[in-house]
Amino acid sequence: MGARDLHGPGAPWGADFQVVGRPQRKVDGLAKATGQALYADDIALSGMLHAKTLRSPHAHARILAIDASAALALPGVHAVITGKDLPVRYGVIPWTQDENALAVDKVRFVGDPVAAVAAVDEDTANAALKLIRVEYEPLKAYLDPREALESDGPQIHAGKHGPTNLSKHVELSFGDLEQAFRQADLVVEEDYSFHGTTHTAIEPHCALAQVSADGLLTLWSSTQITHYVHRALAQVLQWPAQKIRVIQPCLGGAFGGKSDPFSLEFCVAKLAALSGRPVKMLWTREEVFYAHRGRHPMQMRYRTAASKDGRILGVDAQILIDGGAYSSYGLITTYYSGQLLTGPYDFPAYRFDSTRVFTNKPPCGPKRGHGSVQPRFAFEVQLDEVAQRLGIDPIEIRRRNFQGENTLTINGQRITSNGFLACLAEVERASGWKEKRGKLAFGRGLGVAGSMYISGTNYPVYPNPLPLSGVQLKVDRSGLVTVFTGGNDIGQGSNSVAAYLVAEELGLPVEHVRVVAADTDLCPVDLGAYSSRVTFMVGNAILDACRKLRRTIVLAVAEAWDVEPTRVRMLGGQVFDLEDPQRSIATAQAFQLAEARFDTLGATGSYKPPELGGDYRGGKIGAAPAYSFSAHVVECQVDLETGRVTVDRVWCAHDCGRALNPMLVAGQIEGSVYMGIAEALLEEHAVNRYGLHAGPSLLDYRIPTALDTPEIEALIVESIDPEGPYGAKEAGEGPLHSSIPALSNAIFDAVGVRLRHLPFTPARVLKALRQAGLPARAPLPAGARR
Amino acid sequence: MLRLPKFELARPRSIDEAVALLVEAGPSAVVIAGGTDLVPNMKHELVTPELVVSLAAIPGLRGIQGQDDGTLEIGAMTTLSEVAADERVRARAPALAQAASLVAGPQLRAMGTLGGNVLLDTRCQWINQSYFWRSALGFCLKKDGSVCHVVAGGAKCVAAASNDSVPALMTLDAVLELEGPAGSAEVAIEDFWLADGICNKKLAPGTILTAVRIPPTAAGHRGAYGKLRERGSIDFPLLGIAVRLDLEGGAVARADLVVTALAAQPKRLEKAAELLLGTRPGSCDFDQAVEAAAALAYKQCKPLPNIPGDAQWRREMLPVYVRRSLRAAADGSGPVHHL
Repeated sequence: MGARDLHGPGAPWGADFQVVGRPQRKVDGLAKATGQALYADDIALSGMLHAKTLRSPHAHARILAIDASAALALPGVHAVITGKDLPVRYGVIPWTQDENALAVDKVRFVGDPVAAVAAVDEDTANAALKLIRVEYEPLKAYLDPREALESDGPQIHAGKHGPTNLSKHVELSFGDLEQAFRQADLVVEEDYSFHGTTHTAIEPHCALAQVSADGLLTLWSSTQITHYVHRALAQVLQWPAQKIRVIQPCLGGAFGGKSDPFSLEFCVAKLAALSGRPVKMLWTREEVFYAHRGRHPMQMRYRTAASKDGRILGVDAQILIDGGAYSSYGLITTYYSGQLLTGPYDFPAYRFDSTRVFTNKPPCGPKRGHGSVQPRFAFEVQLDEVAQRLGIDPIEIRRRNFQGENTLTINGQRITSNGFLACLAEVERASGWKEKRGKLAFGRGLGVAGSMYISGTNYPVYPNPLPLSGVQLKVDRSGLVTVFTGGNDIGQGSNSVAAYLVAEELGLPVEHVRVVAADTDLCPVDLGAYSSRVTFMVGNAILDACRKLRRTIVLAVAEAWDVEPTRVRMLGGQVFDLEDPQRSIATAQAFQLAEARFDTLGATGSYKPPELGGDYRGGKIGAAPAYSFSAHVVECQVDLETGRVTVDRVWCAHDCGRALNPMLVAGQIEGSVYMGIAEALLEEHAVNRYGLHAGPSLLDYRIPTALDTPEIEALIVESIDPEGPYGAKEAGEGPLHSSIPALSNAIFDAVGVRLRHLPFTPARVLKALRQAGLPARAPLPAGARR
Repeated sequence: MLRLPKFELARPRSIDEAVALLVEAGPSAVVIAGGTDLVPNMKHELVTPELVVSLAAIPGLRGIQGQDDGTLEIGAMTTLSEVAADERVRARAPALAQAASLVAGPQLRAMGTLGGNVLLDTRCQWINQSYFWRSALGFCLKKDGSVCHVVAGGAKCVAAASNDSVPALMTLDAVLELEGPAGSAEVAIEDFWLADGICNKKLAPGTILTAVRIPPTAAGHRGAYGKLRERGSIDFPLLGIAVRLDLEGGAVARADLVVTALAAQPKRLEKAAELLLGTRPGSCDFDQAVEAAAALAYKQCKPLPNIPGDAQWRREMLPVYVRRSLRAAADGSGPVHHL
């Protein structure tokens, strides 16, 4: 077990880092750039079959009968399965397991999987799908969450207490809210809405299963949570977990969209078992849109009480969450919609009342900034309105409400390092806020927003007392160290970070470290790439393991040289005597000395965060060992004739604790801003009036091209967290949050119109401009304000 | 990935051979040029040919000939990026060069051809989808079904003409050169269209578009193309406007306005264009005529909710893009695009 005093800000030898803090290549960068990297779909096994999924054409229907006999009789078809073959339900949250690999008695959205076929090739499998006859009894479909909540028609799920369209309700209240609103000098109350968006990872989901002659199942899958897939397979297939191996090959992006166990993983496993052949399934882009798990649409009402000097006295939120057809991570989403708003500002009183509802649409789930991007949008726009109405500079009001470092939030979350003020100062400086704000021509504006996000989540999705992350080191006589980690590199660079940390701790060049990750047979458990946890938790486990190993090496060398171990230092691929630097040996020799002296070398390490969180039901949801902070300034222009909003530049300052590789941190900031601005201006994951996805393709679901991407300035703030590895916190999700409200606030600065409902498409912006009485074409002189 | 249905591919070496193949195979054959429209449509099972006849091996179909009198003859297999970059096209037919430069994205312009863009199939949010999606919808008028989802109770398909090059070619009085079973034929691009989204072209069976001919333009010729779309690249037009202003002695002697992506066929706005005649760009008269033309365009055009995007917004963008495109033509600053 990792002792806490082993982690924290510094290397034991001080701040003189050799690897950390410098721009480094990704360990898999060249393989990806040259096409050598193996993604799931690149793997082909001899005799392999190809599988396809039959999907529901109905948004909500009972399945009366399925006849697959003609499909099975088609030459080249090896196996056909339906819900009856995989009747055990699953779901990533143990209390809300409401999914089947293939629909058992009902279908709940257009695209819900109903049957799967394995055949000699994809065309034969597709032909077989057309031969499967399914008899449906269509039911009333719910496309609107409020209607779903209020209707007493046929409900979408059976529910623990009878049929229901209610997925989860959470109401939590902290502090004296009534008093806050009584004392307020200003109360702002408004409605906000966030539309649905999806991840659009460029690699579609793919899984390949093989059952060996001795009955071992191997699954290669484009997942970001190998461990949970491993558990779910054992549960659904009712196979012992020790006979199942799950491997995540190189992954082409995930963003939260690959953090559930998915239908295709169970289907290929079952089809491989039935057919005795390896079976692969690669989803089409359209199928990825049906699998979804993207950002939940939320309808939000916020009420903020403030004093006249701009202090937040109380915040009251009511949120209706459109969950789509299944629970997925929805229980957590519902909590996160309220629990993650209590920073970087001090809330003396706070209440949220969040309701997640099932609808007959592709299921929502976690997308980059899970559950908290939507409330952050609403609140930061509302805070901007408070500032405007009180005549306070929007950056200043955020400073005034700063919660501070080493504090406890109103809902009981422990804040350690907090670089939010530095983030504000950075975006203020870099954007030229003081010089430009209020002096731009009408139609051009600057907006600011701030945010907070978890750096890992303190608890696994299934309760257990085990470490959240474990690693193992294997030492080779050549000087190579291999680190085995269950952590999933989904493109964020966690394998690279693992190599940097081992190299730093053992004084090795990065290329003398190999990383083996996300293979359940080889690697100790890590819970996977979600909640921005991998660098933090795997990183801490690696420091733990490395320091154990280093003690052994140092001891062996000290004995051989007959000096005190404190004199022995590992650095630059050498081991040398600090008091006689001429005396040194190659690390490989040191490994051999240690192996001869002690035994085969290796070490394990792990990380488990301290017990944290509020002492109430749900108080541990949102508890993280550390929190990251961000601030954005957006500069935009609004075309008054077309309603088109153009974002010229975004400055994002992000407190990542310590930038283990500043190049990767900047990349995460840029990617986050790109995605946030895209969600605000272009993307919309919608179903049409028939319940069909409005356009399940990359032509109709518009992600920005390079031409549509603003100039992004990534500003790294290092607060050096006491709990993170060398002080590091997350960087992958936090920097998305405040980009969206900062844009809304910039639009207000540009044209004096508050946009509270996403997305800001030209048609909607134009409508809002007209409603505000803005003439379509009345250019005002520079500096003129409305 | 969506699978491409199986088909036979023929690579004839002459037009005659290609026409013979098409005639023999009848409706089960299609022509492929760059394939950027056809291949996705085949994957969506909108077109299910048994024989695909490639024009790639036929000599003489690719390239731009500039004749002494100023006529431009553009082979149907000339890529859109070649059209957009050609100095002669840019000088003599600026609206066409601009339109070609805004079709899809760079990769697709490098594959897609001018002939293919002229013959682009109509588009609609209810049709350009996978077979599964369309079957869940219950199909539509254009293929496999009997109802229209754009116009309730509609009996005629209103899928939108979406080819950027066509409005430009219409302002340029382009002539389409065709080869078919009955020999060579020429048709003014003006007369090529039908108000039917199922098939909006008058192209006889077995006929191949071999070239597009653009008559000479005078020194005072000005042109521009305006394209409304969501992103700075890739997207089909939500609205496309080509304008032509021929100046003589500084005044507009000829004006054309052609819009597309509204309904099944492109639409020439003659009355709006006439308002510009005799006005001098840079003068108040011209500015007023531009305003009047924009207002008239708004009255005359009612985009349908056929392609994605807010139809009312597309309509409101008509006067904006008419104004901007006319000004851009006058001062040579086209294309009009939001970037």
